[in-house]
Amino acid sequence: MSEISQTLKELLEKHRAGQLKPKDRFAIPPQEMPEQDPAVRRFNMNEVALGYTEEQARMEALRCLHCPNAPCVEGCPVRIPIRDFIREIAEGRYQKALEIIKGYSLLPAVCGRVCPQEVQCQEKCTVGLRFKDVMKSVSIGRLERFAADRAGEAAAVPEAGESTGQKVAVIGSGPGGIVAAADTRRGGHEVTIFEAFHKPGGVMVYGIPEFRLPKAIVRKEIETLEKMGVRIVCNFIVGRTRTIEQLMKEDGFDAVYIGVGAGLPKFLGIEGEHLVGVYSANEYLTRANLMKAYQFGEGADTPIALSRRVAVFGGGNVAMDAARMALRLGAEKVYLIYRRSEKEMPARVEEVHHAKEEGVEFRLLQSPKRILGNERGQVVGVECLRYELGEPDESGRRRPVPIAGSEFVLEADTAIVAIGNGPNPLLQQTTPGLKFNRWGYIEVDENCRTSLEGVYAGGDIVLGSATVILAMGQGRIAAAGINAYLAEKRRRGAGA
Amino acid sequence: MDVCAPYVARARKAGQFVIVSPDEERGERIPLTIVDGDEQKGTIRLIFQRVGKTTSQLAEMSAGDCLGYVAGPLGKPTHVERFGVAVCVGGGIGVAPLLPITKALKEAGNTVIAILGARTKELLILEEEFRQLSDELIVVTDDGSYGRKGVVTEPLAEVCRRERKPDFVMAIGPAIMMKFCCETTRPFGIRTQVSLNTIMVDGTGMCGGCRVEVGGKTQFVCVDGPEFDGHQVNFDLMMKRLAAYKDLEQKAYEAYRQHRCRIGLDRSSNP
Repeated sequence: MSEISQTLKELLEKHRAGQLKPKDRFAIPPQEMPEQDPAVRRFNMNEVALGYTEEQARMEALRCLHCPNAPCVEGCPVRIPIRDFIREIAEGRYQKALEIIKGYSLLPAVCGRVCPQEVQCQEKCTVGLRFKDVMKSVSIGRLERFAADRAGEAAAVPEAGESTGQKVAVIGSGPGGIVAAADTRRGGHEVTIFEAFHKPGGVMVYGIPEFRLPKAIVRKEIETLEKMGVRIVCNFIVGRTRTIEQLMKEDGFDAVYIGVGAGLPKFLGIEGEHLVGVYSANEYLTRANLMKAYQFGEGADTPIALSRRVAVFGGGNVAMDAARMALRLGAEKVYLIYRRSEKEMPARVEEVHHAKEEGVEFRLLQSPKRILGNERGQVVGVECLRYELGEPDESGRRRPVPIAGSEFVLEADTAIVAIGNGPNPLLQQTTPGLKFNRWGYIEVDENCRTSLEGVYAGGDIVLGSATVILAMGQGRIAAAGINAYLAEKRRRGAGA
Repeated sequence: MDVCAPYVARARKAGQFVIVSPDEERGERIPLTIVDGDEQKGTIRLIFQRVGKTTSQLAEMSAGDCLGYVAGPLGKPTHVERFGVAVCVGGGIGVAPLLPITKALKEAGNTVIAILGARTKELLILEEEFRQLSDELIVVTDDGSYGRKGVVTEPLAEVCRRERKPDFVMAIGPAIMMKFCCETTRPFGIRTQVSLNTIMVDGTGMCGGCRVEVGGKTQFVCVDGPEFDGHQVNFDLMMKRLAAYKDLEQKAYEAYRQHRCRIGLDRSSNP
């Protein structure tokens, strides 16, 4: 155990003696996350947030009031006993802390980094409420990350359950698929994950950039699955390589979990969107992350535009990722164009903050009207329109209203469209009997069961755009459903 | 090249493609149309032309080598029916993906007229296969070194003017060739299908890099295509997008060739 400060020692003594009163805990300053200097990090791919030191983690853990009603747990989609793991961190028992988390969330190193805690657990935190500032809540996410990073190496591989002889197919290796695979494997089934890309991990490898979620972390989680005996088959497109019907009727799979995400990028439908230099955020990030285009010519063969001035459309996390990636790929100027105000932005506060620190220029209450090109069909600029906020719309956010005659042109050679994704039509086209809603998402009941027997679904392909933790939550529900369904099937088989 | 890919060999239909990469770690993903296959052996046949680094790497592989990966079959299969008289027009390397479609059209009971074009005699491929499949074969070369001198649109126009007008035209080749084939058939009102080979990353609908404008609407070649009604395709836009990475591709190819020369491995083989 490393050195801890005298202050922390004294606080711990009081804490153990039951004498650390709420006012003492409120007096502990919120621990700042050590980060790479913005001026440096905008030129590299390394992780931005460096993680708490041991001293910081234990200090932060002591800020927790251990509320009897634990409101934070209410805010957690998978109901991690937050209070309990934080108590262990304060005591320096990181292994124990991690075990507690792992009982509920399979990917703490990922969730600690990418969960929007400020609208989940930390939003409900009593400490934050006391300061009337969610940013002053106990940093649950950072503590989760600390426990995972610190104790992860030694974590035991969960054991597969006693063999049932039944087979489960998991389609997609994103966060939902990983959880569904682990949980059904623990149920004793033979589990195979089918992934369309050449590397498993889904959005965690193609979408979320290295500087926010190092790929080594995802790789480790995948390795854990393999150690559990889960088979991972890449370059396999269910619907094309084999259909769900073939998997179940010919290949002997007894149950299927569909966690394919919603990966079809939306475009704005404005003039100029076919010009050279216009990307969907998916394409831009896939080239940069999965295909490592930032090493083009040195360690990778996939090219990406060499941009000077980049305009990103959208205000979500993906827009922030794309904007920050563009800086790292060498752009001199990156505009983030969003038609509402900062308050309505769906991106996490931290991502917005990081993007601004790195020099992304926010152009709020503005929206692209058309993309301008030259005779070679390359982007040369974006014509934008200014907006003002009107009455709230059905989403509760104030509706942006264009200001007539307010057009202006921003010079840009690259435009990235980050306005969300829709469902891929492939499974709908190739899976007769599987019910979809009118937006193309799969219909499920509360157990994530679809209209086809033995077929379950979760994550973005059910929810529309969700988060890593919500997808994981659904993977868990579906896996429980599958385990129960297969147990019933065994009983029926035995009785017959 | 013949690639062992049993699942693909089993599932593939005429008109579909695969994504291949020569190297799992650093390789580029490129789409190649499946030309033929053997379900029994579990193999598929791919024909490609060396145009840059990735295709060169593929061309230099030897029997028994492993690709980084193959994923597929992708895209919608060709819609084949008994149209009556079907004209199959192939230019350059486009002759390769045209083969399985021609075969399927023939099997569906169509009278098949094949028009094949190449820059010069040496670059003409699959002539024998097409001769056996089609009821009539017309070969043209740009330089007149074999068959008729000229481009494919000339015989296509003649065929369209015949008393027995064709009912269906399938054209695969360079974008410019497909564009002019469509312009040729448009006044005759003959349904003309084209197979587009745009730049792709994933090939499954995720990146949208392959998008084209068809009938004024955005379509993804990988999931909505690769075949479209040629009269609706905006070829000018598509051609510009195809050139998006020209400079970078050129640089990568140059660097690759220099590297190969230095280590003495360049086997300037023509595919």
